[in-house]
Amino acid sequence: MRLELRGITKRFGSLVANDDISVTFESGQIHALLGENGAGKSTLMNVLYGLLQPDAGEILVDGQPVTFDNPARAIEAGIGMVHQHFMLVPVFTVAENVELGAEKAGPLGMLKAKAAADAVREVSQRYGLEVDPHAVIEDLPVGIQQRVEIIKALTRDAQCLILDEPTAVLTPQETDELLAIVRELRDAGKAIVLITHKLREVREAADVITVIRRGRVVAESVSPETSETELAGLMVGRDVSLRVDKEPAQPRDVVVEVSGLSVFDAADRAIVDDVSFDVRAGEVLCIAGVQGNGQSELVEALMGLEDRVTGRVLIGGDSVMGRSTRRILSLGVGYVPEDREHDGLVGSFSISQNLVLDSIGETPWSRAGVIDYARIRENGATMVEQFDVRAQSSAVLASTLSGGNKQKVVLARELSRELRVLIAAQPTRGLDVGSIEFVHRRIIEARDAGIACIVVSTELDEVYALADRIMVMYAGRVAGIVGPETTRDELGLLMAGAVTS
Amino acid sequence: MTTPPEEHSTGLSGSKTADTLHPPAELDSSITGSVRRTVLGMNFLVSLLAVVLALVIGAVLIAVSSPSVIEAAGYFFARPLDTVSAIWQSVSSAYSALFQGALVNLEALRAGELSRAFYPLSETLTVSAPLILAGLAVAVPFRAGLFNIGAQGQMAFAAIGGGFVGFAISLPAGVHLIVSVIAAMAFGAFYAGIVGFLKARTGAHEVITTIMLNYIAIYFLGWVLNQDWFQREGRNDPISPILSETALYPTLFGDGLRVHAGIGVAILACVVLWWMLTKTTIGFKIQTVGANASAARTAGIDVGRIWIVAMLIAGAMAGLAVSMNVNGTDKVVTAGIVGNIGFDAITVALLGRGSPFGVLWAGLLFGGLRAGGLAMQASTGTPIDIVLVLQALIVLFIAAPALVRSVFRIRGGSGEALSLAKGWGT
Repeated sequence: MRLELRGITKRFGSLVANDDISVTFESGQIHALLGENGAGKSTLMNVLYGLLQPDAGEILVDGQPVTFDNPARAIEAGIGMVHQHFMLVPVFTVAENVELGAEKAGPLGMLKAKAAADAVREVSQRYGLEVDPHAVIEDLPVGIQQRVEIIKALTRDAQCLILDEPTAVLTPQETDELLAIVRELRDAGKAIVLITHKLREVREAADVITVIRRGRVVAESVSPETSETELAGLMVGRDVSLRVDKEPAQPRDVVVEVSGLSVFDAADRAIVDDVSFDVRAGEVLCIAGVQGNGQSELVEALMGLEDRVTGRVLIGGDSVMGRSTRRILSLGVGYVPEDREHDGLVGSFSISQNLVLDSIGETPWSRAGVIDYARIRENGATMVEQFDVRAQSSAVLASTLSGGNKQKVVLARELSRELRVLIAAQPTRGLDVGSIEFVHRRIIEARDAGIACIVVSTELDEVYALADRIMVMYAGRVAGIVGPETTRDELGLLMAGAVTS
Repeated sequence: MTTPPEEHSTGLSGSKTADTLHPPAELDSSITGSVRRTVLGMNFLVSLLAVVLALVIGAVLIAVSSPSVIEAAGYFFARPLDTVSAIWQSVSSAYSALFQGALVNLEALRAGELSRAFYPLSETLTVSAPLILAGLAVAVPFRAGLFNIGAQGQMAFAAIGGGFVGFAISLPAGVHLIVSVIAAMAFGAFYAGIVGFLKARTGAHEVITTIMLNYIAIYFLGWVLNQDWFQREGRNDPISPILSETALYPTLFGDGLRVHAGIGVAILACVVLWWMLTKTTIGFKIQTVGANASAARTAGIDVGRIWIVAMLIAGAMAGLAVSMNVNGTDKVVTAGIVGNIGFDAITVALLGRGSPFGVLWAGLLFGGLRAGGLAMQASTGTPIDIVLVLQALIVLFIAAPALVRSVFRIRGGSGEALSLAKGWGT
């Protein structure tokens, strides 16, 4: 199959999301579409999948022009899509999800459950995609859920498979497995489109790379041999340094002392299990680990956002166990939550308002309960400037910002207070290269200013870029606290719970 | 403080990217969440057009139910113009009576009888006052993300406190009124506070608790009205003694017109709550909790406390609302003192899009429809039920903004989040 996009243009109002994009995907090839968030990759794929109609340009399948009014037409033509956010029904089984939308029914509308299960088994055997057709989706890990999405596309006889940011939610191990699957599918003659902004994967898996920037193709038929720095440069449009320049840390007094901290869920299981560590002023402690090993709960417990907690946490010598979040923030703790959309910002508020979300009750933002909006606006303008938030003004609603700019707003808010501790959970998840660079620099600046920094990350690149010490978590426990010179393999083993040190 | 930017007008691709143009729908599947988004996310134009559309459909109903139209339609093919003119006659006279009955009696105005001329306006303001205040009792919790179905019960409970102070104790004029009204507000706040407390402490859904508390309050009021200390002497039916003169709102234009100082209180309440919501930290926190409770919690805002505060304010407003009847028009407490105001309030808050001034206009509109409807029934025989149908239609269209948009071919949808912020700051 040869799938050709010719001169695709898509506008939203005055914003040109896709500007005359031409690209060809061929069978037996892994084609990476590389670009920052907001470069127009997803728009392009939504056009291809029939979710959006292009304003100009055409789509050709094996040389024949086609129009896809809706995804059903695209599926008919042999295009399959695995979305970044899975489109699965959590309470259905794998087989039920796979047949959903193409149910085969017998007399009286009875579903042919066995046929569906067989179809799943057949596809999973043919491509080595192991999965139990009778497992319920919500019980499965994310990596397997993604596999179900792929199987779903394959049972619809997809010849061209589009994977939209497929590794965003995966652990390093799951990523490797996925890439292996993708290679297998390519060898079976499928055309694979890999949409991503992660350079390592692109170089590892892609046969050919197309780079998109600001809605335009800036480089086509790039070889995967190209260096990461060069690819990053193409993506961002200027030279970027992938390494964070930093001096060796100069740790001082212990600021955060955690001992025997446990967090329990509603079923009384320990999600965080007897965790102890400390963080000194002027150092970065990175908490590494595969997603879902208790890091999120640990951080929420430190912030007073978990209810069922035991153990001891001292910040600057004060116990914060059982204290309110308000009180912990006022001790000089800055917090960048993992889910910035959900926990970090109020989308329907302006940037200025979001910048004072956790300090509205303090001078100078308000006096005796009355808000001084002039000050808040002024502060907004200053911060937008200082933190390079790309927005028309500080009056813009937070929901209209891109991921990177949202994170800059959160960082600006937290770093503008007098801090002793900075806790940042997944601070660069989903951000573009330029924003990652910015966030990393700010964290190192905070460290050098004598702030004790705790950074939770599932990305090893980030851990290596920032950490002065690395704490690895596995199954809610500390698998080890090691230095930054530890190799990737060793960290990988700790993260997999294979060894404890 | 924010003037929302024009959609997509920014030249910086960083501030609005293709990827953020289609954000995943918010994962808020609760009833409150979806109602809240519908209500707060509407723009003024849609509300206005909903009213227009309702009037148009109301005209059709008036026409088909009018005896003269039915009669003329009987010989439609012989003289079709008769039917047309009968329709015009019936609709125009009904609506003209409705509007005159709500605003000003033109005939009396020409004759120079001011009191009779402005009687309709007086009625509109009198009926509007409790609607506006009860509307606020629904609107404020809306801003905090709570759906207060309980204004009815809160008003019934408040009537007990306000009424008792009004007839059982004696104080100087003015002071007595204030104490009685404050008692009503305190009773209302206490009763609504239960809802906030249960929600904050146990997570009990406010829609369920308010509905249940409505039953309890209404039957409790019925019981109280049969107790010796509350029932009027010598009466067997559930009715309280008449309130002391000292505890009544003064009428504004003499005894000929019913309108009393309560309408001023209602307008003042709108101004105060608007100021509170937009200019104070407590208002900021209420809106933060309503817009994104988990971000509020992460920012150190005590979400439970804000819920309680919002409900206390709501209950106080419900208390003020019932005082319009107890200390204003009715001067006694009866089992029917609340009427249907607590439920109409939901409609008013919906039409007013949860903003204090929106509620003010919506309350005046509904008050006018009610007052005008009575006049219309009296002068043209068009049943007042048509007004209830109009109200229902307005709410129906408000609840389905997409319908209104498609009827009037308005492009929309994208501005939904923006209109919420319009009331913000300066």
